[in-house]
Formats: sequence, C-alpha cells, structure tokens
Amino acid sequence: MNVSRQWLEAFLRRRLDSTDVAWRLAMLGAPVDAIEPVGVDLSAFVVAVVLEVRQHPDADKLRVTLVDDGSGTISNVVCGAPNVKAGAKYPFARLGTVMPNGMKIERRTLRGEVSDGMLCSARELGLGEDHDGLLTLETDAAPGAPLTDVIDGGDERLIVDVTPNRADLLGHKGIARELAASLGVPYRLPDIAGEAALDLPTPARFGDEAPVGGIRLAIDDRDGCPRFLAGVIRGVRIGASPEWLQRRLAAVGVRAINNVVDATNYVMFELNQPMHAYDAATLRGSAIVVRAARGGERITTLDGIDRAIPPGTLVIADADRPIGVAGVMGGRATEVTNTTSDILLECAAFDPVRVRRARRALGLSTDASHRFERGTDRWGAVDAFRRCIRLIVTVAGGALDGPAVDCFPAPTHPPRIFLRPSRVAQVLGVDLSWSTIENQLVAIGATIVSKPDDGRIAVDVPGWRPDITSEIDLIEEVARLYGYDRLPTDLGAFRPGLREDDPAWGVMERIRLALAGHGLSEVVTLPMVAAAGAGAPKVLNPLSAEHRVLRDALLPSLVHQVEANWAMQTADVRLFEVGAVFNLAANDGVPTETLRAGFVVTGSRAPAHWTDGGTARAWDRWDALGLFRRLIDLAHPAATIQVEAGEWIARDAAGAMAGRCGSCLADAPPWASAVFGGEITVVFDGMPTPAFRPLPVYPAVTRDLALLVKVDQTSAVVTQLLTDRGARHGLESVSVIDEYRGKALAAGTRSIAVRLVFRSAERTLTDPEVEQAIARLRTSLERELDVTIRST
Amino acid sequence: MTTPSDPASLDVLRQRLAAVASLDAAALAAEEIAVLGRKQGELTHQLKALATLALDEKRARGAALNALKLEFEAAVVARRAELAHAASAAEARDIDLTMPGRQLWVGTRHPVTVVIDEIVAIFREIGFAVALGPEIENEERNFGALNFPPDHPALDMHDTLYLDPRGAEWPVGERLLLRTHTSPVQVRVMRAGPPPYRVVIPGLAYRNDPFDASHAPAFAQIEGLAVDEGVTFVDLKATLTHFARRFFRPDVKVRFRPSFFPFTEPSAEMDVSCAICGGIGCAACKGTGWMEILGGGMVHENVLRNCDVDPERYTGFAFGMGPARMAMLRYGLPDIRLLYGGDMRFLSQFGAAGR
Ligand SMILES: [Zn+2]
Repeated sequence: MNVSRQWLEAFLRRRLDSTDVAWRLAMLGAPVDAIEPVGVDLSAFVVAVVLEVRQHPDADKLRVTLVDDGSGTISNVVCGAPNVKAGAKYPFARLGTVMPNGMKIERRTLRGEVSDGMLCSARELGLGEDHDGLLTLETDAAPGAPLTDVIDGGDERLIVDVTPNRADLLGHKGIARELAASLGVPYRLPDIAGEAALDLPTPARFGDEAPVGGIRLAIDDRDGCPRFLAGVIRGVRIGASPEWLQRRLAAVGVRAINNVVDATNYVMFELNQPMHAYDAATLRGSAIVVRAARGGERITTLDGIDRAIPPGTLVIADADRPIGVAGVMGGRATEVTNTTSDILLECAAFDPVRVRRARRALGLSTDASHRFERGTDRWGAVDAFRRCIRLIVTVAGGALDGPAVDCFPAPTHPPRIFLRPSRVAQVLGVDLSWSTIENQLVAIGATIVSKPDDGRIAVDVPGWRPDITSEIDLIEEVARLYGYDRLPTDLGAFRPGLREDDPAWGVMERIRLALAGHGLSEVVTLPMVAAAGAGAPKVLNPLSAEHRVLRDALLPSLVHQVEANWAMQTADVRLFEVGAVFNLAANDGVPTETLRAGFVVTGSRAPAHWTDGGTARAWDRWDALGLFRRLIDLAHPAATIQVEAGEWIARDAAGAMAGRCGSCLADAPPWASAVFGGEITVVFDGMPTPAFRPLPVYPAVTRDLALLVKVDQTSAVVTQLLTDRGARHGLESVSVIDEYRGKALAAGTRSIAVRLVFRSAERTLTDPEVEQAIARLRTSLERELDVTIRST
Repeated sequence: MTTPSDPASLDVLRQRLAAVASLDAAALAAEEIAVLGRKQGELTHQLKALATLALDEKRARGAALNALKLEFEAAVVARRAELAHAASAAEARDIDLTMPGRQLWVGTRHPVTVVIDEIVAIFREIGFAVALGPEIENEERNFGALNFPPDHPALDMHDTLYLDPRGAEWPVGERLLLRTHTSPVQVRVMRAGPPPYRVVIPGLAYRNDPFDASHAPAFAQIEGLAVDEGVTFVDLKATLTHFARRFFRPDVKVRFRPSFFPFTEPSAEMDVSCAICGGIGCAACKGTGWMEILGGGMVHENVLRNCDVDPERYTGFAFGMGPARMAMLRYGLPDIRLLYGGDMRFLSQFGAAGR
C-alpha cells in the first residue's frame, strides 16, 4: 500500500516525520518497506525576507531588492515579479542552488545591477502552475530557516507492507487511525478544498431492486453482492482534476485520468472503498444488474483486452451484456470519457471469495480486486459513497438526479464478540486491567457495549475490521495496541517434552560428520530437476522446465555439480548430500519419498605433495568402494554389497535394492579424471550396539600366499572358501593383498595374493600347526576351486 | 672394591652420579652397567651387602643407597634423552623443515547445516527435541489444519508446487504438494499424542518461486512448537529472546512486532539489532537498524482444535525461521544460489574451525 505522508498529515492535522511514522507503523504490524520522495526536493531553499524594494533604473519590469537570507550578508537581488514587497518573506535560492528545472543560480548582472540569488515563485519551485508572482510565505520563521520547515514541499511516499488480514490499512483513514492511537491524538477526514454546498440526504434503503435516476438497479446474486449503492449524477463536465487531487494520486503512484475517475480513486485510497463510475448514456436498457455470468459472455475491460468471462463469475451488467467484472475491473464500453455528461456511480460490497476467484481466473489483479479480496467495510460504504458524490460534484459539477439508493437486501451488523479478561491473561501471560484492555479496543474503533455480570466484555467490532471474528482476534488487538515491547521476556519454568529426537536426525548428523571427516563437502541441491527416471513424480505446475520433476536419485544431481565445477576449472571435487528422493509407489502410483545419502569424487585423492613431484594419485573405484562401505555402515548397516552387471549394488536384508556405487558417466573435459560415486537409502530403525569381544591373549601368525586362479573366478569366492575352511584351523582373517596378471602366467589365469592371519584363543600356535593348516587349505582350494598355490 | 661399611664409597658414587650428565652415548651405556647392572653393578653390590649390617646401620645406609639408586637411574634416562635429541637435531640439520607437509583434504558440512545444528543445539538446551516430517504433504496438513481458509489472500504468500496426480482423482484437501513450510510437522506431532510438545523441526520447504539471488524454489526452514498448560506469549518472547542472545551475541537487542500468520494469533515477527551497523541503519538493514529474523506467535486456537488439542486447557507458541537467510547474514553471502550449488571454491570455505 502506497501511503502519502501529506495525506496522513491532513487526517491528523499535524506535521509528521516519515521515519517516525515508519517506526510506529512497524510496531503496530505494518512495516514500511521504503520511504520515497515524491515531487521536488526543496531542501536547498531557505526562507528570506525582503528588506527594501526599488525600481531598476534601466528596466521597467525589474525591481532591485535587498534580501536577508539569514547568512549574515545582505544580498542584492534583481527580481521581475510585480508582487514583491518590502517586509514580506519568500522562498530564496542562494548562489549555487540548483533549481528543479536544472538551472544553477549564479551571480548575474542585469542591466548594470548585480543579482546574488533568486526569489522564487511556486512554479519555479515546481510546486504548481499558479505563476502570478513570488510565493509569499505567511510564516514566523526567521530568515535562513529551511523552506521545508514552512511549506509542504515534496511529499513522501511510504511503501507500507500490509498483511493480508488488514483490509482497513489499504486506505489512508485506516493508517491514520493507527497513527492516531499510537500518537494519542484525534483524526478526522480531510476537508475537500472548495467543497460544493450540497444537500445530500442519506441514500434511500431498498431491498434487491431500486430505481435510480431513471435506471433500474437490481441485485440478482445476493451472495455475491450483499450491498449496492448507486446514484446518477447528471451534467458533469469531464476534465482534469484540480492540482491538489492530482498531487494526492501522484503521491500514491496512481495516474490521474479525469476528474470523475480521479475522485473515485481518491476515495478508494482514502477509505478503502473501490467505486466505479459508468457513463449513464451507454447503459443499454436503462438497467444495472449484479448477476453471475452466463456461459459464453465476454467483455472488453478498461485495459482494452477482450476477455471471456468464466460462467458464474460475478458481473455488473446492463440489460444486454456484462459491463464490468464485479470488484475487478469495469468495461470499456461504459467507461467515462471526455464527452460523458451523466454518470452512474457504483459503490458496492462484493463477496471476497468471488472476487478472488474472478481475479485468478482472469489473471487480472487491480487495486479494487486487491481490496475486495481482503474485505471492504460494507457498513461504512454509505459514508464513502456520500464522500465520493460530494467530491465529484465539487471537481466535476453536475447534480444528483433524484435520491441515491442503497440496495441492502439482507441488512446485517458487524459482529459482537465477548472477551474474557482471564483469557487475555491466559494467552498473553500478563494481567492487564479492564480499563487497559478497553482502552486498546476503543483505539481500534471498537465499541464497548456493556460489561455483563459474567465477567466478559461485550465488544462491537468496527465494520472495517472483517478480520476480527472471535475472542482471540480481540486478544491480539489488545496485545498489539498495548505494545509487544511492553510485555516481559522472563523465561519461565517449562515441562520438557516427552518426545525423543527423530531417529533420522542422529543418523543424518553422523553421516554428515563422517563424510566431512573423510574430506568430502556437503552440498544441498534442489530436489526438482529437469529429468529423472520414469518412476519420478512430476510437478503439476513447475515454474520452469529445469525444475519439472522430482529427483529419484542423488547421483545424477551430484554428477551435475561435478560438471559445474569442471566448468569453473575445478578438477578436484568431493561432494556428498543427504536428502530425500522421490518415487511413485509401485502399487498405487502415489508419490513417496525416501531419505538417501550419496557421494561423488573425482580428481586427486589427496592434495599433491612435493615428495611426489607435485602429482597426486586420482580417486579410483576402490576408493569409491571404500567410501561406499563406510557410508553403508553409517546409513544402512544391514545392507550387503554385491556385484551386479558391472557395478556394486547394495541390497537390504529382504533383497531389495538399497543403493549403488561405481563409476559415473559425466560430460567431462579432456583434463578431468574419472568420476566415482555411490548412494544408499538411509534407514534409522536404530543402530546396533557394538558387542564386546575379549582381546586376544596369544600372538598371531601371518602367512602370505600367492594363488593361481582363473580369470573368471572371483576373489570373493576364494576368500570365502578360505574363511569357511580355515575357521577350525585357527584362521582369524583373510585379506587380498595383491593381484597379478601377465605373461608369466598361463593364459586364462591370474594370481592373487592373500594374507592369512592365524590365531588360537588357547595357546601360541606353532609353525608346524600353521603349516599343517595351510596344507589343508591348499587341498580344499585345489579340490573345490581348482586353485593352486604358486608360492608362500 | 669398597667395603659395605665404607662411607667413602657413597661419596664416590655421588661423584659418578654428577659425571653422568657429561658422558657420551658409549660411556653412558658402560656406566649404567657398571653402577646399576643387575650382576656387577656397584650400587647393586652395595645394596646386597646391606644384609650383613646391624639393623639400625642397615636402615640408615639402605635409605641413602636407595635414594642414590633412584637418582642415578633418573640421571641416566635424562642423559640418554638429551643425547637422542641432540642426535635427531643433528640429523634434522640436513633437512629443510620449511618444506610443506603432506596435506589432507578438509571436508566441510554445508553452511546451512552448520547454522541449523547451532539452532537445534540452542533449543535443545531448553528442552526441545528434533521432529522431522515428509516433504510431500497433503493440502489438509499444509493448509487446512493450519487455519488457512480456502480462497484466502494469505494463500498468496505460499505459491504452492502441486504434484501431478497422473490422472488419479485426489479429493480437495488430499491433493499432494511439496510442503510450503515445515509447519505440517507441527500437525503431525500434535496428532501423534497429547501435550506437552516441545520440538524444533528442521527441513526443506518449497515455493513456486523463481530461482534468483534471493529466492530458491526449495529452501531450508526450521521451526519450533511448544504447547502445554500455561504457555503464554511472554514465554514466546522469552524463549526467542534467549535464542537470539545465544545465536547472535549476548548483548543483541531484539524487538517484537505484530504480524500475521494464519496459524498463529497473536502473531509476531522478531527483529534483532543489525550487527553490521550496530543499529544506526545501513544498506543491509535498509536503514532501519533492525534485521528481520523470524516469525511466530501463539498457536491459533483453530490449529489446536484441528489437532484435537483443547485450546481452553492448552496454549502454546510456534515460530519459524530461515537458516539459509541466517547463513547469508552470518557469512555475508550475496546470492542464495551459492547455497544450492556444489561449487567447491565456495563449499571449501566452511571447513576451518569456528562457525
Ligand atoms: Zn544495519
């Protein structure tokens, strides 16, 4: 909401400082986002008094004056204005001042007389067009006082951030009311300059139909339009609005159009009541009807766009056609033009939901729809309507054709709410006295009706506060007006909640700390991506094709981040992410989500060191497998890794796929090294408690064996056999320590070296015992796997 | 060989003790055997000889010999360490120790994670636990239960991303969406059992916002909920003031302003004094001296009712804030997109100690 400081000053009958206004409004819940100057900046001008005036000896039209501008020096100033008088005060531009038109005031000599500065007219200051001479200042201010102290120079526009519940703050009156409460001063409507004397009786009350100025007014859709006031003004002269009215509209950022339209806009910004004026001569069938749109109806709105009206939309129509979308925008066919002489003025209340739906359906948001959606004051509409009529007659002439009418088919009153002071204390935590509570409610314009015996306060809510519908709303108002800052901030006793941390939280934290400890950096990528698998849920209304589907895996996003790093010439990338992935459930197609953890690495495994000549080994798949193993321990301890179709697949206890690891395809520059990554579903049904195993008492014996295996035999099969058969011979562990493929071996074979660790829990093993165990294992290998031992 | 009763032998041993400090490595080894050796050592020998003495003489001389033995042992150890150190220093003289050491990659947690963890830790100190919930929600929990009236302008603040029903009919209220805030988790917590509740809820939220310098279509949020008998607006102010002092600095100034959220009433926003200008007003705080940090309020009666909590008996407060925004403030980040990308040059800046 754009607010004019001068407009507020007119309400409050006092000068205001915009910074102070901004602070007060913020503390009342309507922060000011910005304060912008409107119109000219007069800060460079001062008040000056003319001490002496004499005729210029060589120019009839010029006077030579002596001017005191408070600087201590009396200046000689040549002046062309006929109204300059000794003893009067005028705005003065000292040497060096830049005028609104860009001219810089410098010493000049006019026909032999020196002029050091300039006495200014209103036009020269950019304040108006009345240029019959200097702007005479009626002020007690001393010479040298800033001009802005004595005249309304430039206005200021306050951009007020109005929350959706505060319809009343969309008019200057509502803002003024809040400020008045904050400042403890009264407020009332500004006077209308040159207001026409007008006998304006209260509009006659009707039901859903009324005659007005020879036109039939009817409400066919009472739910959509609970109240409709109308009047016909004949004989208006369409033209430009007076300067003051144009200035008000300019200050709130609205373009002046013509005096009638400007008058309706003025009242809207003053009282939050949108109005509309129709050219009465263009109404077909002499009728105005509020009804639901029928199928196939169209309208060209004021913005010149031809629109199909969705059936059921609330419209204003004449006898033949819609002439306006109720509460949103009027139609071009009936708009007030330069040739209009008779108008029908509409002032209505519309159902906020109907207006919102129409606005959304048409994609047409206006100052009017913004206000109707938030709720106008249907009970205050009469006053707004009367003010608008007075304003139109004042600025455009004309006269009402017969009495104005007020169709209010089902009259209602603003709600009455009962407030318990005990409840105020229960919610706010402070005991406020009855009078304190009442004072805050009176400040918002509520009426305290009575004090019933049951300890409750009966409150009549003002009509401009549609947001106040229950006791808690009143409690908020009490706290708001009393001041949040005045409430204490002492931390009281509390019962701790009985809930434990969500188990997923601890798991996520462990994963993050562990992977960061391994030198990887956590990344957060957007879960919406451009493309994902067939089972990924789609967004119904994506903002862009880049974000049209939800990811069903982390790795593609991580690889994408690797590519982005490559684009920045970064070769060493180590990333991990913990986040949700999304899938359509297999059975019913409903979108579901799963927590995943994933990582990706490329480039050097460690920073290059001079001992290696500045090179470093790159990450390889075995590093990735190690990280994957570590990740599984943290995120999914029950999962096992299997080799499937050239990559490592993790499967949970039930055999379902839980993750994968391997090399990643990427759009790599030639200098980049290979990318490896993995991801795993995170489970959080409790981590196993480590079981203590007694520490070994007797020493171990270690033997390395080189085994000759066929190329299609896996090391897993060999180590598994050794583990199984070796257990009863005291074989504690088996690890693969080397692999050899080469010409030295028979075709179709390779060699792997394993390290066997033997240990007994009862005694120190002797060499013969170990040799005997190895001999047994050799037999098993040869017999069961056809694997021979090359050497020991 | 001296006799056991010869006091001069003690003096000799004391002189040999004094000489240990200047022996070289070979002499030290020889002297250790000569004095302390288990078979031939002089001290060992004299200690054995004590057995032949009378009781009171044995006691006096034994104490002196034992003290001397301990001193001798200590002197040998000290001299050996001194010699070893000198040897390694001599070796090191040939190495350029200013050459760089072998480095490790320093991993980092995400700056927003760091901020969230800190927030969680502060609230944990005052009895809050972590609650989590899904990012896919239905309209009822995201809006309806939280007192968003249908067709209300408040919905404009939540530009919602809906999920494609793929031809299925999702009834109104059951339509699935990406949660626009973490608040549906409040609903889940309250519906899971009776008060008291005291939880903080970190997580991602989604809005149909363009991805630009100050908006991301998915962003971190963290919110809190405390409901019990006797929880008041004063408790809300007190809790959040405590949080601000712990998170920012002990002398931070806070101010509470009225605001509007459908799910709280009274609603408030909390500002903290601008750390950059100290409250005088600068570009970062738009000249106000204040930074808007979080929103909150008393849980709306309708929300409690919608979660089967009796609002006449229980009251409570809720609040929410954006850790990404707080990270941007803390680290002076110019563009929120840095936080939703994987640029190593950015992420690796958050690995140093501290916060
Ligand atoms: Zn600042």
